[in-house]
Formats: sequence, C-alpha cells, structure tokens
Amino acid sequence: MNVDGIREMVKSGKSVEEVIQSLFDKIERSKLNAFITLAKEQALEEARRVDKHGAKGMLGAIPIAIKDCISTRGIQTTCGSKILEGYVPPYDAHVIERLKADGAIIIGKTNMDEFAMGSSTETSYFGPTRNPCDLSRVPGGSSGGSAAAVAGGEVPIALGSDTGGSVRCPASFCGVVGLKPTYGLVSRYGLIAYANSLEQIGPFARNVKDVALLLDVIAGYDPRDSTSMDKKCEYTKELRDDVSDVKIGVPKEFFGEGIDEDVEKAVWSGIKVLEDLGASYTEISLPHTKYSLAAYYIIAMSEASSNLARFDGLRYGLRLGKDKDWHTTFSEIRANGFGEEVKRRILLGTYALSAGYYGRYYLKALKVRTLIKRDFEVALKDTSVLITPTMPFPAFKIGEKIGDPLALYLADVNTVPINLAGVPSISVPCGFVGKLPIGMQIIGRHFDEATILRTAHAFERNTGG
Amino acid sequence: MITKKDVEHIGWLARIELTEEEKEKFTKQLNSILDYFEKLDEIETDAAPMHHVFGLTNVFRDDVAKKSMSQEDALQNAPKKEKGCFKGPRIV
Amino acid sequence: MKPQSYELHMLLSETPGDEMKDVIIGLEVHVQLNKLRSKLFCSCSTQYHDSEPNMCTCPVCLGLPGALPVINEKAVDSAIKVALALNCNIEEQIMFYRKNYYYPDLVKGFQISQYDYPIAMDGKISIEADGEREIRIKRVHMEEDPGRLIHVGTIDRSRYSLIDYNRSGVALLEVVTEPDLRTPKEARLFLNKLRNILEYLDVFDGSLEGSLRVDANISLAGGARAEIKNISSYKGVEKALLFETVRQKNLVRRGIRVAQETRHYDEVRGITISLRTKEEEKDYRYFPEPDLVPLRIGDRVDDIKRALPELPDAKRQRLVKQYDISDHHAKVLTSELKLANFFERVATKVDANLSATWIADVLKGELNYRGIGIDAFSPEHMIQILQMLKNDKITEKGAVQVIRTILDEGGAPPEIVKRKGLLKIEESIITRAVAEVIKENPAAVKDYHDGKNEALHFLMGQVMKKTHGRADPSMVSKLLKEKL
Ligand SMILES: [Zn+2]
Repeated sequence: MNVDGIREMVKSGKSVEEVIQSLFDKIERSKLNAFITLAKEQALEEARRVDKHGAKGMLGAIPIAIKDCISTRGIQTTCGSKILEGYVPPYDAHVIERLKADGAIIIGKTNMDEFAMGSSTETSYFGPTRNPCDLSRVPGGSSGGSAAAVAGGEVPIALGSDTGGSVRCPASFCGVVGLKPTYGLVSRYGLIAYANSLEQIGPFARNVKDVALLLDVIAGYDPRDSTSMDKKCEYTKELRDDVSDVKIGVPKEFFGEGIDEDVEKAVWSGIKVLEDLGASYTEISLPHTKYSLAAYYIIAMSEASSNLARFDGLRYGLRLGKDKDWHTTFSEIRANGFGEEVKRRILLGTYALSAGYYGRYYLKALKVRTLIKRDFEVALKDTSVLITPTMPFPAFKIGEKIGDPLALYLADVNTVPINLAGVPSISVPCGFVGKLPIGMQIIGRHFDEATILRTAHAFERNTGG
Repeated sequence: MITKKDVEHIGWLARIELTEEEKEKFTKQLNSILDYFEKLDEIETDAAPMHHVFGLTNVFRDDVAKKSMSQEDALQNAPKKEKGCFKGPRIV
Repeated sequence: MKPQSYELHMLLSETPGDEMKDVIIGLEVHVQLNKLRSKLFCSCSTQYHDSEPNMCTCPVCLGLPGALPVINEKAVDSAIKVALALNCNIEEQIMFYRKNYYYPDLVKGFQISQYDYPIAMDGKISIEADGEREIRIKRVHMEEDPGRLIHVGTIDRSRYSLIDYNRSGVALLEVVTEPDLRTPKEARLFLNKLRNILEYLDVFDGSLEGSLRVDANISLAGGARAEIKNISSYKGVEKALLFETVRQKNLVRRGIRVAQETRHYDEVRGITISLRTKEEEKDYRYFPEPDLVPLRIGDRVDDIKRALPELPDAKRQRLVKQYDISDHHAKVLTSELKLANFFERVATKVDANLSATWIADVLKGELNYRGIGIDAFSPEHMIQILQMLKNDKITEKGAVQVIRTILDEGGAPPEIVKRKGLLKIEESIITRAVAEVIKENPAAVKDYHDGKNEALHFLMGQVMKKTHGRADPSMVSKLLKEKL
C-alpha cells in the first residue's frame, strides 16, 4: 500500500476515517511492535475533518508514521528511552509543521534504538521491533519501527533519521526505499539530537516516487536550524526514466571483505540493470574509507555524550521517588533511565572529550572527516553517483549480535562514510537472499538528491519494484 | 588501556552511577572499542578539522523578541514543581 | 557545614591597611547584554524582571530535546563594541564551544560558551586608584546565562532548590582580567569603570537585578588561590574580597596553609564559605558547538569601530578642554553618561563652570542622598534655576531649595520660587529694612561702634527677619556697614 493506493481507496468511495481506522486495526493486531505511541484520537479527528472539508496539500489525507525522536506537539516522544517515557513536547519539529501544512495525518510514533544508538532496533526500552519479512529477525535500525511499519503495510510513508545509516540500514533490511538527504537540506529543528553534525531526517516509502514526494514536503531552509541550507528543488518532477547521462562510480572499498557474497552479487546485477538502461560505470577508490568507522563513532559518541547531558529529570522525563543531593539524584536518574548501549556510548564520548584526549580523538576525527569528504568530492567529480551495497549482509536474528557491541558497530561500514561526507544517499531494494531483502545504496553529489532519486526510480521501474 | 578506576571517573563526569558489574563489563568493552579507534593514529594529516560540511559561516538571527511559551507549557513535563518553578534537589 | 562566624569577628577586629600590597586579585566579570531585545540564541525577551517565574522561555532556552540555537547578530556586534572599548584585539573568526558540566540551573548539561577563538583578547583599561593604573584584560568572550536557582534558606542548608529559567539564555559577556588588581578597592574601581564603559556603549543597564556577577580569584603573594564564585553586586565584590583577604592572612599568621578551593560568597552574612562539594578537578570537555557555525567577524570590526561613541576617558578630557571646567568636575560628570549629557545640555545655555559646580556638586549630591538617578530631573529646570541664580533673582540657598522641592514634591522652578517666596528682594526694600533696624536697636548699634562684632550679626539677623529671609546676606552686610 503506497500513496497512490491510499488515494485510490478514497477515490473509490471509502472515507478517510475508514482508511485510517483500518490502519489502526491492522497495527493493533500486528506482531511487529513498530509503534511506541499511536495518535489514534488526533488522527481520526483529523480524518473526520478531512472527510467533511476536503483534503489539501501535497500529502492531503495521507497517513504517515514518525520516528520517535522527532518532536510532535501533544504526542509522547520518547526516543525509545525510559528516561523520556511520558514526555510530551510542547512544540512541533520543523518537519512536522511542514507535514501538517501539507495535509499529512500523523498516526503514531515509531519504535527505534534508544536515542538512535543501534542498527537493529533492539536497544529500545519498549522492546525490539520485528522484521515483517521474517519475524525472528531484526528490522535494522535505528529507524526500525518506521521501516517495518512501511514494509508491513501499516502505513504508506514514514520519517526516520539517519546519523550513520539509520534510515538506509532498516530500508535495506525491510525491503523498502529510504533516503538520507544531504546534510543541511532538511531542518533538524525538533529532531532529538544523537550526533548533530552527522544526522538528517529522511523519508521511507514503498517506492521512489513516494520518497521524492515526502522529500518535497520536508526539505527546505529553516532559520531555526543554523546548519540548514536553502538548496531544495522539486524532486518529484525530476523522476524521468532516462539515465543515459548517469555515470556510476563503484568504490572498491565498499565491496569485498566482510560483505556477504549474495549481497555483492545482487548489487552488481543492479549496476548491470542501470548499464542496460544507458548508464555507464567505472570502478573508483575512496582511499580513506577504512578510517570512517573510527572517525564516525568518535564524533557521534562525543556529541552524544553532551547531547544527552540534559536528561537530568528536572524539566522533563524520569525522576526517581526521593531526591538526594543533586549529584546523586542526577546520577541515579541517569543510571536508571538509560539503557546499556546508551551508557556505553556516553561513557566513550565522555572519555574521548576529556582532558588530554580531545586532540587524539575528537579533533583528529574532525580532520579525518575532511579527508573523507574530499574523497567523495574527488570521486563525484567524474561520476554522478556511487553505488554500493547498503549493508554488508541481510537482516540478522534478534539477539544474534547484541552481545558484541563492536561487531555491531562494524555493520555500519558502508553507511557511515556517507554521513561523514554529508552527501545524500538512497537505499533501494535490489534482490533477496532467500526471503530477506537486499538494499542497493546510491550515493550522490551534495544537494543532488534529484539524480539519485532519478537513478533509483529508473532502476525500480525496470526491476518491477 | 583504561582501568576500572578510569571508568568510575568517566561515570562521575557523565553523572551515571555504575554498578560493580557494569564497571567490570564497560572496562573490558571500552578497551576493545578504544583499541579499534587507534586506527586513527595511523594517519598523519594537516587537514583542517571539519566544523560544518560546507564551511558555512555567519548564520545570524535578528535581535527581535517574540512571544515565549506559557508557564503552563514550560512546566507541563516537570516531574516536580512548586510556585511556578521547577523543583530540584538540594545543592549540597 | 556551619557559618564560620569567628572569621567574621576577625574581620571586624582588624582593618587591613597598607599590608594589602601583597594581595593578587583577578576578576572574571559576567555582564548581561541586557539592552538587547532578545536572548543570545532564541527570541525570548530579555525583559523578564517583572515576570512570573518561567514565563520567558521557549524550547531553546529551556533546553527541550530537539531545540536548536541561532545566534543573535546584535549580541555579536555588542560584544565587538565592548571588546574595542576595552582596547582588545578582535579575532578574525570566532567559534562557540560547549562547556560541559552539570548544575540544576543549566538546562542542557552544557553551556554554550567560547573557548578557542573567543571574540577578543589582550585589552586594557585604566582605573584611578592611587594615581592612574592600567589593568590588563586577558580575554572577552560570549556565553549564555544559566537560569536562576532559588535556595530555600541558604545554599548550604536548603533542603531543595527552585529554578526559574527566565534568565536562561540571556547573552552574557565574560570579561577576564589579568591578576593585576592589588586591593579590594581597586576591584571595585575596576567594576565601576567597566560598568561606566558598558553603559556608554549602550549595551548594558547595570541597575537591573542580576545584571552583573563576578568570580574573583584572590591569593596572597606566594600562596594558593581561592576562587570566590558568583558575587552579584558591586559592593559585594569589595566586601567578599576584604573578608577573604583577612581570612587568608589570618590563616598564614596561624601557620595554616591556604587551600586552593572554590568558595561561595554569602551576601546575607557577608562571608565566604567553602562548599566542599564532590566537584573536584574540573573537566569541561570543551568542543565546538555543532549546532552553530563559525562566525567571520573581521570585516565588520571597522564599521563598528567607526560608530563607537565617545568613551568616558575621552569625554572627560573633552569636557575639560571645551568647557574649561575642572578635571574633578569632569570626572564626576562623566561617571555616568546621562549625567554628562545633562551637563552639556545645560552648559550650552548657562555658564559652563556654574553648571558644572551645580550639577556635579549640588544636584549629584541631592540625587545620591535620595538614591535616585538623573532621570528624575529635567535639564530645562536646571537651566531655569541657574539663569535665575545668575540674574540675581534667587539666592544660592534659594536655588538649593528649588532643587530639593522639585525632587521631593515635583513642580517647575518659576512656580516653586513664587509659591515658596524665594524671589530675591530688591535693594530699596533692604535699604528701608536696614534703616528701620538701626532705628529700632540703638543698643546694638552702640555695641557695634564699641567694636563688638556679634552686634553686626544680630543686626543682620534682624534685617533677614524683616525681609523673611529673601534678602541676599552679602547685600545686607554691605548696606548695614555703609549705614552704620
Ligand atoms: Zn527562549
């Protein structure tokens, strides 16, 4: 069920209220645990209003699910954490304002790794989300709830956030399309920060067209985000079938060691499809790729350790029964409210920023980041897109990797360089291993979302996606 | 190599009380992750540290006062409040 | 912890004299840029002083998850103005950093401040202690104000705290001096001078509560340094430093080493106390604020410099030169921009020296006595008063009375002069009164001729009585002597 599907249901005589109600019925019966909070009352009320007065805007009457790290006025926003259980933001994120202005109906908040720290949605305080393709497996993460909800037909479109692959990884694992925009294209105002300098809010959908449509709505300059830029264009209008001008670069560092053979094969056949459509390809190199993971985790954890300092139970969130002196009170609230992975990353980030280590870790990582970005700029001078596997392997079993944090970090090997470089990237389904989907990652030049969407669209139309 | 004592200190800086079990576990895990981070020591570079992907500078706002939130909205999520204020623990 | 009241006794039992030469003081002064309309990183109003608690907040200054800072351009320009006035070198590019620490008044668990690449470094201003002294400024940087912590009772005994975040996010400028100050009094003089400059620049209103807070580092030569945190008044700084000087000297005298520590100034008890919290070594984990971009300010410095107003020292020199008034008067008049403006307004209409005397000595004294500012008096009224004085319409005593009446009851000079009968009377009336008094007091006249000087005073008193005190005493004396 995609956006057109919803529109046809309404055209064929169903009321918007009936359509939305049917989604809630499905979600309430679902085994996926894709949602933390349902906004049933608000959504149905909005649906009735649309039935009475008509829909308006680019997403008129289209239901949407929102990752639970995006602030929604009047709807609980937990980031998948116990420490924010019960927190109801008094304001809307920029993207939520845009969605509402364009008529979308928010049906609920989706499950995620706690504070977006994870690649499997297993670290959520509200329990793991399951992969619709195989309920014993993870949906990927950290936006696993959004990907699973779309893949499971519980909602046609959803928003996630991508700090080091958190949109593309679950899109790949669940067999849907997910896009991480160029850093600065979408305002982060209202996005609860994990790692400010790396993350962007990104759309999920069952097809490229709907991803482009959602990007049309959420992209654009916002004066409340100092890092945002005025660079948007009309993405749906760019979805031509012609890719004859597209030059594909295939970075060798993203293939080979550690990458599942079936995954590699599927991505190569995807590249061949595009070649058949008139695109050309060359193998290229991004020489600093091997430093990406270390640089990424140092930056992300350092920023996170500071971002998460505000959770002290004074102004919102968890507070334990009896207060002691403030040091002890804060320390106990945080010990109680954060899960293990969050604690681990806060501790590492705190260490990396502490006296004597800043230069060796954080500052060094920022320098390496410059080198990595340069790699991409050089590679994308002669090519228009880069294509790689999104994830090294398909979805793994729930519980399979959670005991070994470092091993799980290494799974982000192909997604984090993109966030370091700030370039846009989309993951599109390109095949299966058994019943498990595989994602192909198409990376573009800064602010050239149009070309990666067009390439993904052409690929999708010629593979029956 | 970081020690259990280091982990205790970091826990204090981050205001996260750690159990004995956590201290043991995190000491081991942090060391293996920090070992991995050593990869960056291999590389010598004069590259400028990245502060914004596009080197954006001079983003300002005009000095205009706008309406604030209501006191009710401000205090809406406060677990403890008194006389229009947030109620906090004692300082000493 | 108990109040160390024995130290208070010590303080009262001795006065630190010139022994103070070996005291080393450095200040970190936090001033609110409270002439701005909005806060540093959000659009909340800075006019929170009359508001209920937590009425001037938004997601940004309340540190709600997801909110982002955007810097107030005028705050940066104001900071550059101050840095220029403090003779600092302005940096070409500045950045904001996160200073990570926990405290209940801090909404994000970090304060957006500056670290490397602050707005300016290496400045100086001169103060007039015993002669002119130059105090070096180490650096000037911008940061956000935390909220206000209300302790129920005193900080060391309070069972809980209440927090008002109205102040959270107001632009602060931190001015850090080198340890160049030698006495608590110099510290106060420095603060007065700084306030003076800031008010000239129209970036600061020092009369607002909480507009200035000072951390003071103080040590005896060769001894460890105590940091006194968060002194929030001009007088408090001198008092806290005096207390601390004596405390440290007493320790040394008793052979006890002064501990390097952070102390809290208890405004009510007038003492500093050790908080002895677990907060040991500082580790602020500074790193560049990723939600803000660097600011290249080099190319705006020249424009700001050109638009700088005349500063106190320059104005003082000009007043002396242009109006030929004494340096002392010029100093008093320029101690407040409004006072200087008031003077210039008046001096263009009446004799400058007369104006200087009456404004700097008389009016200023009357204002200080009442604890009010120059705003309470109109320069037009002063012009009228001085013109009447100059034209012999009123006496000096009458002029003072008009000033007092305006301040205490209101009204305009001509009307007051009339109502209170202060108009100086004409010579013919005095001459007639003198003749009458001589006729009515033959005994006194005789005494005068016998050389008894008191007799003249008596006769003068009689004339003043007859003229209801409106006669000019010098005139009465002159006429009396002639007729006798
Ligand atoms: Zn605000």
